[in-house]
Amino acid sequence: MMTNARKTYGKHRATRQETTTPASASHKPTHAAHKSSIDRSTTKVLIVCGGFSHERDVSLQSGHRVGGFLEEAGWNVAFHDIDGGLLPYLSDPDTRPDIVWPLLHGAIGEDGSIRDVLEMERLPYIGSRAKASRTAWSKPIAKNVVRKLAGLNTPYSVTLPESMFRELGAERVVQLVDDSLGMPLFVKPTMGGSAMGCSQVNSAKELPHALIDCFAYGDVAMLERVVEGTEISVSIFDIDGELLVLPPLEVAVHSDNYDYEARVNPEASDFYVPARLDAPVLAAAQDAALKAHQTLGLRDISRTDFIVDEDGVPQFLESNVAPGMTDTSQLPQAATAAGYDLGDLYSALVESVLREKRAD
Amino acid sequence: MSTGEGTTVNGGSKSGRTGGATSEKAVGPHGTAKPVRSTDQPKPRIIKNDPWYDSYASRADAMKSSEIRALFSVASRPDVVSLAGGMPYLERMPFDRLSELIAKMMRDEGDKAWQYGSAQGDPHLREDVLQIMELEGIKDVQADDVVISNGSQNALDLITRIMCDPGDVVIAEAPNYVGALGVFRSFQVQVANAETDEDGLIPESFEETIKSQRAAGRKVKFLYTVPNFHNPAGVTMSVERRPRILEIARKYHVLVVEDNPYGLLGFDGQTYPALKSMDSQNVVYLSSFSKIIAPGMRIAWIVAPAGIRQKLILANEASILCPPNMSQMTITTYLDNFDWKAQISDYRGMYKERCNAMDAALKEYLPYCSWNKPKGGFYIWLRIPDGLNSKEMLPRAITAKVAYVAGTGFYLNGEGTHHMRLSFCYPTPERIHEGIRRLAGVMDAERETVELFGTASSRIDDSDDRTDKNVAKRTAPAAKNATSKRNHTV
Repeated sequence: MMTNARKTYGKHRATRQETTTPASASHKPTHAAHKSSIDRSTTKVLIVCGGFSHERDVSLQSGHRVGGFLEEAGWNVAFHDIDGGLLPYLSDPDTRPDIVWPLLHGAIGEDGSIRDVLEMERLPYIGSRAKASRTAWSKPIAKNVVRKLAGLNTPYSVTLPESMFRELGAERVVQLVDDSLGMPLFVKPTMGGSAMGCSQVNSAKELPHALIDCFAYGDVAMLERVVEGTEISVSIFDIDGELLVLPPLEVAVHSDNYDYEARVNPEASDFYVPARLDAPVLAAAQDAALKAHQTLGLRDISRTDFIVDEDGVPQFLESNVAPGMTDTSQLPQAATAAGYDLGDLYSALVESVLREKRAD
Repeated sequence: MSTGEGTTVNGGSKSGRTGGATSEKAVGPHGTAKPVRSTDQPKPRIIKNDPWYDSYASRADAMKSSEIRALFSVASRPDVVSLAGGMPYLERMPFDRLSELIAKMMRDEGDKAWQYGSAQGDPHLREDVLQIMELEGIKDVQADDVVISNGSQNALDLITRIMCDPGDVVIAEAPNYVGALGVFRSFQVQVANAETDEDGLIPESFEETIKSQRAAGRKVKFLYTVPNFHNPAGVTMSVERRPRILEIARKYHVLVVEDNPYGLLGFDGQTYPALKSMDSQNVVYLSSFSKIIAPGMRIAWIVAPAGIRQKLILANEASILCPPNMSQMTITTYLDNFDWKAQISDYRGMYKERCNAMDAALKEYLPYCSWNKPKGGFYIWLRIPDGLNSKEMLPRAITAKVAYVAGTGFYLNGEGTHHMRLSFCYPTPERIHEGIRRLAGVMDAERETVELFGTASSRIDDSDDRTDKNVAKRTAPAAKNATSKRNHTV
């Protein structure tokens, strides 16, 4: 169970008591929730969305979707982009929000920087702290942390900046990768989401092209062994000190892979909730997501992606501190399928963070 | 464990407490959600993100959001120099005075402006457009010959709708206007590309394409051409070639659809005789207010031979009932009260200055690329070095805060990787200079990466370079050969 209430910002809070039954975390309203004196109509929730990352489009959709639910739930919601007007907006007494929900995807949003700014502004916000975000944002670092500290499995990978290919000779490094890791491989930018710049290569011959695509998005490439299995995600809400682990969601793509187009075109995939896996495997996946969430020091909301391999072992791919929140995104779909009203759930999260701030 | 509200969870005592698919929601007094436990592992439930995905018509197959499309979301930010859009620069419009006149129009004729109108379009506007067409030599036309549409996009949709069955062929100039490709694709029309050079569509290639398509048993329905300041190629069909193109069209009984949104935007005021002015019976003429006055009004016009015109009116009625009166009356209010010719002339000078700025910046920063400097319109079609791929390079450009349209958007078959379309219509000359400077940095970095991985040679595809200055002057036989090699449909 997880009941360790957060007391202060920036500290690792919820710890999971080992139990024999996995996936045991849940969220229920606490007493405090019922006695809450938060007046939603006068509480200004600022959703920061858009930004200048490659995922701007998804961010705008996520932001306005979440904002719509919060407005329906009675909150005073405003929206702002990342631009020169943001800081004046945050500091103006007429517009300064009570709480910020950064729904920026990609760099700035997920690398911790907007969170650092909000911390300097002394504004409460929803989501992981800057430092934890920074760890989760880098896929290879996050993989290493959850492997070493949480004992999770993760597909073997190497991480190579473009400069390494330049210094050592691209042909030789490609050859080395082929000899050492073998094929097929997944090539992805170490930072970024929505599968942008990602591609699967099935032979060394395809590797240079995949690297060029990847380096158009970022300077560092992660080359990860492809694990065959079931693609799932596990979303976690962290409300009033209790962790709600949603049932694993399985992504079933109609075409070959879950690329950008498959992610943003609703007709390209179906989801299953829970995933079509045996109960112990589902529980193991939830357990692994919980470990990742806690080990990476995430808070409030996260989504962790896995491939469940043929042996039923969840292989960690990445944790997202700003998961997609559009109407076809995985986290909201998992929550809805698990019986939650999204307006209620998001409101509970906002209230939880506001209460915590008051307790500071 | 307790199920009561407000109690602390005694985690781990039961399984399946993580939200079951069969559970129903429970909401606390403050709307706080909680999962209702189910003691059994819930059965997987399918969430069809789009339950209709297997119901779509096949023409919807190609209608997909793409990574490239998403990248353009960033291009709308003010810190990005967008060389991507084809938006006219409207800040010089006399909006103060115009708003007063529109207010008066609403007071006097509001009940008409907000009412249904005629499917053929407002007679007043149809009369007004006659004087615009006269500037390009179209004189023997009456208001009754004109049909108003919701922009030329709608006009293209209508003409394709009434002329083409799935599988029919439209011959077009490659690279093609991207909006036209969208229409053709949605009607499952095959597009056969004919060759162009710096004098526009090559007549021999046009004829060759008709013959080869017919030989393959396909029905060629019309030629789609943008003769003046082509989008994206920037080229203009020479006056000498125009009658030859029309002659070939007549010979094979192929209709000509002449799309002319840029004809009045020649930098030095030069205009070219419309194909329509040379052959009233075999040409459907489209023109628009979008590039010269107001794209947001969505008003364009069509002049077509009588039989086709009748079908167009019926198709317009079926599609949109009637073009919006409010938009049409706003346009006539402007045309009737302002010196629109002087306004267009002012714009021409501005676009010329911007084109010169782009040309100079390209010479300064990207001398290893090639392009034709246009004499009008909005665009430069830039040939980038072998090995570079304009589509794959776009994320790097977005990171560097400069946007362009990759050449691949102007083909249906994946060609165009060696080109990009650069628009000079909207950004100021200073911003254009900065944009090209950024683009040079992007291209340099991409070149380094491509050279690093040594794929340059394997990526060379010399098939999409025909409108370039350095290769454009082809002789007719060469063009023929090229045509037979490239005369594919997609």
